[in-house]
Amino acid sequence: MDLKDIIKPENLVYKRTKVLTDNVMHYCPGCSHGTVHKLIAEVIEEMDIQDKTIGISPVGCAVFAYNYMHIDWQQAAHGRAPALATATKRLYPDKYIFTYQGDGDLASIGTAEIMHACNRGENIVVIFINNAIYGMTGGQMAPTTLLGMVTSTTPYGRQADINGYPLKITELIAQLEGTCYVTRQSVQNAAAARKTKKAIRKAFENSKQMKGTSFVEVVSSCSSGWKLTPTQANEWMEENMFPFYPLGDLKDI
Amino acid sequence: MALKGAIVVDTEKCKGCSVCVVNCPTKTIALTKEVNSKGYNYAYMAEPQTCTGCTNCATVCPDTCITVYRVKI
Repeated sequence: MDLKDIIKPENLVYKRTKVLTDNVMHYCPGCSHGTVHKLIAEVIEEMDIQDKTIGISPVGCAVFAYNYMHIDWQQAAHGRAPALATATKRLYPDKYIFTYQGDGDLASIGTAEIMHACNRGENIVVIFINNAIYGMTGGQMAPTTLLGMVTSTTPYGRQADINGYPLKITELIAQLEGTCYVTRQSVQNAAAARKTKKAIRKAFENSKQMKGTSFVEVVSSCSSGWKLTPTQANEWMEENMFPFYPLGDLKDI
Repeated sequence: MALKGAIVVDTEKCKGCSVCVVNCPTKTIALTKEVNSKGYNYAYMAEPQTCTGCTNCATVCPDTCITVYRVKI
């Protein structure tokens, strides 16, 4: 069968969602941010909530997330996305509000905001990208950096006596009464990406039902920060990140 | 019944990260020797006859530059 017989509009099974803009993403090749952006955009398209969704972008690589989706956006000060999301949701209770934060934003400078927003049970969705490093500023150690992991500020590897232990913030958040759904996912292969999409969909539906805060962590790779190729970074993530950050639902009520 | 598929890559958006290459179950996709205007080797169907249109490549593509077609024969 010839290619021109297959490539016809009636045979189309996958195309770029219209919720994504045509801009070329500024992320490095193979960055998980792009995949997660796409999954969020597909969920928004499937639920037909494009005109009712407001995203809160963080400080970090995803600061320019507003360039990539045709929805309303606000950009928060470093770590303060959950506070801004709280205000937005309370002012517009019928809208779908989500924050999109990295580990430097959510688990470090924004720990107070995320803890209290989740504890209050704000009806927002939190998408947490955990790549165990500060990607945007040059690969410094983050609270989530693994023990022994080499970063630009821990050139001999993270040591517990000097740098403390990696922070499992998702486990902490799962203990809070205000959260209804806490899960940890990844996007390194197609099966994992489809599971993550289901988790994001569930989180948005919880927001609609006013069940409380939904928290979706996505264990991600940072090939530039880890000094690996994109495929090597995904393998490194499977070998080193998943034993410490096990995938699956931590809480679902 | 067999499935025949095909992919169309937006070669200017592709950054040649190879995530689709390792996720292709039929090893259909490879990177070209040529580069696009940004200097990236982009993805293409090296073995077009083996594609089943499973959409794995498009699902994992961080830049969403793959469109997938499939027919039943």
